[in-house]
Amino acid sequence: MTTLTALRGTGRPSLRRGKVLPTLVLVLGAIYCLIPVAWVFVAVSKAPGELFSSFTFAPGTGLLQNVADLFSFGGGAYGMWALNSLLYAGLGGVLSTLVSASCGYALAKYDFAGGRIFFGALLAGLLIPGITLAVPQYLLLSDLQLAGTRWSVLLPSIISPFGIYLCKVFADGAVAQEALEAARIDGASEWRIFRSIVLPLMVPGMVTVFLLQFVGIWNNFLLPYIMLADQSTFPLTVGLNSLLNQGSGSPALYSLAIAGAAVAIVPLIALVLFLQRFWRLDLISGGVKG
Amino acid sequence: MTPQSAGGQTITHRTTARADARTATHPTGHRGSRGPSSLRPRLAPYLFSAPAMVLYVAFTVIPLGYAFGSSFFAQRLTGGGILGTRRTVFVWFENYAEVLTNASLVAGLGRLAIYGIIAVPLTLGLALVFALLLDADGTRFKRFGRTAIFIPYAVPGVVAALMWGFMYLPATSPFSHVTRALGLGTIGFLERDGLYGSIANITIWGGVGFNMLVIYTALRSIPHEMIEAARIDGAGEVQVALRIKVPLVGPAMVLTSIFALLGALQLYGEPAMLKPLTNSISTTWAPLMTIYRDAFVLDNLSSAAAASMVLALGTAAASLAVLAVVRRTSRRGMA
Repeated sequence: MTTLTALRGTGRPSLRRGKVLPTLVLVLGAIYCLIPVAWVFVAVSKAPGELFSSFTFAPGTGLLQNVADLFSFGGGAYGMWALNSLLYAGLGGVLSTLVSASCGYALAKYDFAGGRIFFGALLAGLLIPGITLAVPQYLLLSDLQLAGTRWSVLLPSIISPFGIYLCKVFADGAVAQEALEAARIDGASEWRIFRSIVLPLMVPGMVTVFLLQFVGIWNNFLLPYIMLADQSTFPLTVGLNSLLNQGSGSPALYSLAIAGAAVAIVPLIALVLFLQRFWRLDLISGGVKG
Repeated sequence: MTPQSAGGQTITHRTTARADARTATHPTGHRGSRGPSSLRPRLAPYLFSAPAMVLYVAFTVIPLGYAFGSSFFAQRLTGGGILGTRRTVFVWFENYAEVLTNASLVAGLGRLAIYGIIAVPLTLGLALVFALLLDADGTRFKRFGRTAIFIPYAVPGVVAALMWGFMYLPATSPFSHVTRALGLGTIGFLERDGLYGSIANITIWGGVGFNMLVIYTALRSIPHEMIEAARIDGAGEVQVALRIKVPLVGPAMVLTSIFALLGALQLYGEPAMLKPLTNSISTTWAPLMTIYRDAFVLDNLSSAAAASMVLALGTAAASLAVLAVVRRTSRRGMA
């Protein structure tokens, strides 16, 4: 009631229309983005029979049964996939962030032979499609007896040209040359300077890189799909694909796949929403002032 | 001097060393002192970048070189009869010729082009529109809109394909449910021609939020005085958006469009995930699916290597073309 009066109170109709249209478009966009998420959470509550018979946005009665089925499928394979995803994305993300931060700092704050060439090569690396590398990476790692192991997914995930680029941009702006000089005068070693002065200054940039890498590795499909053959090493993405491929058209399997999708997105949506405030997207949009 | 000043003494010594370092370029400055070398670290930058360099060489440079090299070789049967021996021989550009005349791969590239023409402009266009709406004065529910549109970023591409796949599947689709109730029949989301839009929709859905946030962040760094000045000059909200905001977020748009283009050319997971749900997706629907099949199902690695080199070159060419167009238009804008 009060909002209605307030809206009416804003006076000229042209002004009001100017506010309604943008709001409407934004809300339509939001609904478009939420529909599949809403649908999958409704569908997960349906018993296999209800999935095809009842109206698709009406909740069903099989939620607990579906989730129980999901986690008992293949001797607990789904839980294993989730743990693998956590391992690849978590450990890979942390290592990738550290490697990117130290390299980005070196590229930003030292003038050394080969630094520029390496930076140029990194930028060129951004343009290479994943599959071009994935196939020879697979051959290389099978020569080293590593293909099919968890290492074959972890190791290639650590190097991120984009992460290094972001860390360099961030170090350029956040780390003052004077602070480094002063620490050197005080006799601090280069490692100590990096650990106690540079790293704390780079934390906001590193959080951004970690999130990008975590989500990127978690969502990656092609690399683990090519590298891994053993079900017990699969991350969620490859596991769900194998689940769907095991028998097309079987309603019981559809229910499992839907439950798998619903459970898989819950932790990641929570993580992204929680960490959203720590993002420094101005790194990407070019708003960082040096 | 008191013992406590020992530390201070070191500092004094180091300061002198730095002064020496500064005068070292001077002819009178002395050489070979320990000071300058400890202040101008030579080894440190290499140690800091070593992990990245080693991993980059191991997982990018060497695989790329390997792919490039093996694209010029092929397995051939030599000797007569059925019992000929398989040998790897140098075949010049034969693999490339085969790739470029391979009907299924060329058809896949065509499908990829149609998909890309739908997906890339729509992703960026929607992202720009939503970012401008978030930045505009009159819009309501901004927090809700921003969060909701960003949520798909957290959903893996193959999981998004799975979710949308069931929303396309005639038996479970809520959209077809409604159209059937209205007597309009089932929507052919997974039919041959509907697929382009259906697959594009999945990647647009997943990509809009992230690009929106990047552009929105760039919009917020525009100085407020600039927009105020335009308003005082009588520009409306739409004019401010089109004449001031859009040109100023150019760099963010360039970066996002290159990433969107790169992502579009590497389409794989979405069609692969929809494949079990429909007969309209062949094993060669997208070029990457053909490359995967060549490499891992048919065991024809040299053909896969040549095809992936073609795709890599195409990707690089497309990105450079975007950059060139942008540079030309921005130069024209300056003049």
